[in-house]
Formats: sequence, structure tokens, C-alpha cells
Amino acid sequence: METRDRTPDQLVDLGENVHRLIKYEGELDQGFAAEVARLAHGEKFYTCIQCGTCSATCPVSHYMDFTPRRIIAMVRAGFREEVLRSFTIWLCASCYSCTADCPREIKITDVMYALKQIAIKEGIYPKRFPIPVMAQEFYKIVKKKGRNNEGKLMMNLALKTNPFSLLRYAKVGLKLFRTGRVTLREESIRNHGEIQTLLGAVDRAREAAK
Amino acid sequence: MKYLYFPGCSLKSTGKPYEESILSVFRALDVDIEELKDWNCCGATAYMAVDELKSFSLCARNMALAVKQHGEGNGEPVQLVAPCSACYSLLLKSQHYMEENPEVSRVVKTALKEVGLESEGLSQKVRIRHPLDVLANDIGIERIKDQVKKPLTGLKVVPYYGCLLVRPYATFDDPYNPTSMDRLIRALGAEPVDWALKTRCCGGTLSGTIQGVGLRLSYLLLKEASRKGGELLLTACPLCQFDLECFQGGMNNRFQHNVQMPVAYFSQLIGKAFNLSDREVGAQRLFIPMKLEAAAP
Ligand code: SF4
Ligand code: SF4
Repeated sequence: METRDRTPDQLVDLGENVHRLIKYEGELDQGFAAEVARLAHGEKFYTCIQCGTCSATCPVSHYMDFTPRRIIAMVRAGFREEVLRSFTIWLCASCYSCTADCPREIKITDVMYALKQIAIKEGIYPKRFPIPVMAQEFYKIVKKKGRNNEGKLMMNLALKTNPFSLLRYAKVGLKLFRTGRVTLREESIRNHGEIQTLLGAVDRAREAAK
Repeated sequence: MKYLYFPGCSLKSTGKPYEESILSVFRALDVDIEELKDWNCCGATAYMAVDELKSFSLCARNMALAVKQHGEGNGEPVQLVAPCSACYSLLLKSQHYMEENPEVSRVVKTALKEVGLESEGLSQKVRIRHPLDVLANDIGIERIKDQVKKPLTGLKVVPYYGCLLVRPYATFDDPYNPTSMDRLIRALGAEPVDWALKTRCCGGTLSGTIQGVGLRLSYLLLKEASRKGGELLLTACPLCQFDLECFQGGMNNRFQHNVQMPVAYFSQLIGKAFNLSDREVGAQRLFIPMKLEAAAP
């Protein structure tokens, strides 16, 4: 159980130990803020005044374990584990409300994207959690064909997360099929290899700079 | 003016009626528009979550192709029309970062070169446009009014803009209270419903992943739209349209409600007011038939 999920009773186990909710400075990851800032072009996020505008305007904040305001504070302080394991980063729908409204012009959406990038790279998310799985399935389809096929994406997603969800989507899927809004024919660009070359070149160019 | 059309993946599948209606409306208005050859996916939110530089490079390939297809064109920038809000916003975002960040521009340049494409000045040579912007500002409300053959008198239409069409990179309308679609609705003889949730997120891909959250966001929009007396809701994005229309059954089950709100593309409604056939605007592809006549007072 995460420390933050414990009740006060559970925090004190038989009087032997008192669990802490808060980390000591020495346990925090001091390099985390810089790592995220680099990925998010977000050097300015150190100027956050913790006003909470982002959390107020966010349409999904009440489903999040940490609100966007708290995420910014936790990134800044170095709570690497907690932030990367949070649901928040996956629930972010990338609607840019927070970014548009932040009085300090912090690009919170880009911070959320940066956190997703790190979490996906390090494989830190529950195995069958659909959001990161979908991102990676999408990534693969486009890498191969240059274009996405929505029907195939939904199918792969269901198979890799919860095959029973196919039943839930069956009715909608059938209707889409009948109205000609999904097809089995896969769209693709002329030369399939071109996207792979392009994406490979990005990796090489990035490495070259290091 | 000549336009190049960047469909993006959705307009070739779930968003098919959007493609059909946009092209038919442009044709009816005598606007020259041609599909971008060999375009690729913009990368959507997925590539952003995996690798931002790859996402920018995918967008840049499309822009480079557009410059190539456009040719010299009197030195005017190529007008690249992207009807999907996600594509539109990502293309703009890529331009923004290629300009602002030398590292981004260096990587994109190297990557494009490997596939034989030129990346010089893509942010100046390509203007990313949304069809709503083109219709409201280039073609103009007056010309659209002139084409109306079947005015939709009294029909209460809810303009829904969603998020990415108006922020954070778009500049053609107000990010908090956009009005282009409202003005178009009025030009068709209908009545735009004034509501506060115009730019509130529909849930995006959450409706396909975490339905408890995604469907809730869509449901709130539909509930408010019908509370305000809306008879038809218009969208300008294939994902918004899909979420708001196709999952209504799921919403009704989950929230014990009976929402039945037709959700169409703004271009479909324009087409119908121009008296185009159902087929021309892809009306037969909707799950809930479009409403075109106002309820009796
Ligand atoms: S809106 Fe900006 S300044 Fe305010 S708490 Fe959020 S990130 Fe910090
Ligand atoms: S971009 Fe993400 S964090 Fe920001 S308001 Fe939208 S959903 Fe919330």
C-alpha cells in the first residue's frame, strides 16, 4: 500500500514505527525538475506561484490522485516516484485549458507529456492500463504504415488490455462498420519504409547531440 | 486562393462525413482545394506521449510535402487546411517549436533530409488553416449567406468548438469565447445557442480508454446543450463528433439518462442549407439523424 493511502491508524504500526507521509530532502530526486524541464521546454515552471488556476480549470482534476498544481509542486521538489506512478499523468486529456490559463505561462500540458514520455520509456505503469498501451499501439501502427487505422487501433487496444471490452464496443463498432466509418482496408503512404527511416533518423540525430 | 487539404487519419474513417461535407461545401462555393499527396499521420497525442521530436518530425514531413506540391506559387505561403482539431493544433505546435527551439529545428532538419525533404522555413512557407477559419474569414459570411437555398429558420444550434481548435496555438478566434461558428450558424438562418461550455474538453481519447471519465465529460456537454434548448450540436473535430455522438448509448446506460442529441459537423449543416443532398454531406453516416427543422413553438 502506498503511504498516502494509509489511514492514520495504519500509519502507526503497533507503536513500533511511525510511517512518514513526507519524504526527507535527501530522499528526493534533486535532478528530476531539471529532467522534466528539459523535456518540456519548461524552464519557466520554477516560477509557479501555486495559485491553483490549473487545477480549477482542468476538466478531469477531480478524478486525479494529484491535481495539476500539486504535480507541478511535486516535480519541482523531486518526488520522482510518486509523480511517475500517479494516475494524473495518464488522465490528462491534453486539452490545454491549464496552459492557456496559467498566470505564469507555464506549459502544464507539456509537463504532463514529458512525464508520460519518461514513464513510458521506463515502463512505469500498470501492465494493462489502457492509456499508455494505446499510445504505444498507435505509435507502432503509424511507424509501420505512416497512417493510423482506427478500427485496428481499438481492436489491438482491447486485446492488450481487456478483451471483454470488445463486447462493450461491439454495438458501436458494428454501426460504424454499417455506416462506412471504419474499414478493414488499411490506409498507408506510398513507401512504407519512409516513416521508419524518418523516425530512425530522429533517434540518430538526438544521439549525435549527446 | 488555392488550398491544399490535409485529411489526417480520422477523416478517412470515423470522420468520413466530415471529409465529404467539407469538400462538397468548398465545391459549392467554387473554392479550389486539392488533397495533399502521400500525407502521413500527424502523430496525434500518442506520439507526443512517446516522443515529442518524432511527433514534430511527422508533422514537418507533411509540411515539406505541401511546399513541394505547391511549387513556387508567386512566393505566397501554401495554405494547408487541416479539419481535425488535433492535427491542426499539432501542426501549429510543431511550427511553433521549430521556430523557438534550435534543437528541435536541427533534429527535424536532419530527419527530413534523410527522406529527401527540405525543411528550410517551413513555418513561414506553410500556413496551417482550419476550415472554420477559411470559411469564416477567407470566404466570408456574406458569400456563404448568398449560397443558402434552404434557410434553417429558428433551428436552435449549439456551437461546440472543443479545446484544440482555439488553444493554445490557434489565433483566428478568441480562445475563451470563440464566435466563428456562431456567425456561420446565423448566416444559415439558424439560431446559435449561447452556452458556457463551448470550449470545454469532450474527453478526447479517454472515451476509448477510461470510459468512466471520458463519457462523463461528454455527457456533461450534451446535458447542458439540451438544457439550453439545443436541437442540434455542431462540432469541428472528428474526435469530438465521435465521442459526443457514438457513445450516447453508453452514456445513457451509465448515467441513467436519456440524451438524444443529434451531433453533426458544421460543414454538414452548411451543406444542407446549401441544399446539397444527404450523400454529398455524408448525412446517412450519422448514428442520429441530423435535425434540420425547428420544433414548433
Ligand atoms: S496555474 Fe500556473 S502558477 Fe498557478 S498553480 Fe498552476 S502552474 Fe502554478
Ligand atoms: S491539459 Fe491536462 S492537466 Fe491541463 S487542464 Fe487539460 S486535462 Fe487538465
